[in-house]
Amino acid sequence: MNDATRFALEQRVAEQHRHHGKAQFFWVWGALLVMTGFEVYLGYQNMEPVRMLSILMGLSLLKAGLIIAYFMHMKFEISRMKWLTMSSLLVCLSLMCIFFPDAFRILSLGPR
Amino acid sequence: MSDVAVQHGVATGVYEPSLFGTYSKKIGMWLFLLSDSLTFGALLFAYSYGRISTPNWPTPFHSESIRNATLMTAFLLTSSLTMVLAVRAAVFGNAKAQRWWLLATMACGTAFVILHGREWSKLIAEGLSLPMFPAVPGHEAAAEYKNVAETVPQFPATFFGLTGMHMLHVTLGVVYLGIVALRKKFIPILLGLWLVAWLATPAYSPFHYGAHVLLLAAVVAGIVLWLRPKVYDSADVEVAGLYWHFVDLVWMFIFPLVYLMSTRIIRS
Repeated sequence: MNDATRFALEQRVAEQHRHHGKAQFFWVWGALLVMTGFEVYLGYQNMEPVRMLSILMGLSLLKAGLIIAYFMHMKFEISRMKWLTMSSLLVCLSLMCIFFPDAFRILSLGPR
Repeated sequence: MSDVAVQHGVATGVYEPSLFGTYSKKIGMWLFLLSDSLTFGALLFAYSYGRISTPNWPTPFHSESIRNATLMTAFLLTSSLTMVLAVRAAVFGNAKAQRWWLLATMACGTAFVILHGREWSKLIAEGLSLPMFPAVPGHEAAAEYKNVAETVPQFPATFFGLTGMHMLHVTLGVVYLGIVALRKKFIPILLGLWLVAWLATPAYSPFHYGAHVLLLAAVVAGIVLWLRPKVYDSADVEVAGLYWHFVDLVWMFIFPLVYLMSTRIIRS
């Protein structure tokens, strides 16, 4: 067996291994539905907007994490792949935050 | 490069293993998704910026809209489950199950687009519209929204921009999955869907012209299948699945930020 054949077989075994547990996908799906239900419940509460936004965004990040880890199989990738994709995404999205404080500045513009 | 590694036992030469431990088309899709996340990131930031910096931000989403959007979310989440089951079936070589799970995913995606279209039509009829959308004949704008398009133009611009971009992604995702599941057989189905969407929507609806996206997709898919006809393997299904899950993931941010943060709950 040459290197390429062995590598192909190892990849095949790894692929089957990462898709082995069907139940975990149903658990993740259930958790996502429950979190969505909780978000809708919060929408019906008279909560302070900043507090509500923080909770909603926290839940969204958790849901995104579950989707990336299990449905997109990132949990089963090698650490180099995880670091490359997730760190570059985080840096780029964080850079956009530079503009955000400007939105608050506009509210206080005008003659005093 | 390492695509040969997923030909499942058929190795035609010696290749060095991938630096990232996976095949190149999957890495390519991840790179595309990273760049696409910046597009949606910018749109979400634009919406949030407008929301914070505009004191009279409209809150047009009543209970009915929230119920509709919750149902849309449930459809998308379910489509992600069926998609991951399609990938699993493909990896285990079960072609029949793979096709059925892909068709189930497409059905959920189509339901999402239809429900979203209904929501858009309702908002446009109420007067929350863009200047480029024609007025709906026989519909008076609701009193609360009469001046919104003039006084808070950021709302319709960012709302329709963000959700329209997402709807386009879902539509193209359904087409993508259709090609992977049915290959050439999907082209006539797609053309049929285009005709139905074009002829069944009234001329004043933005979907009347938007339906031409399906025609364009049919042309592009036809060219791709003509240039490179192939049987899609488990790697292709997994890569298509990455795209689909990304579309679902983006909605997980749009739903709370756009809908739940702009609710108007009226208790009797």
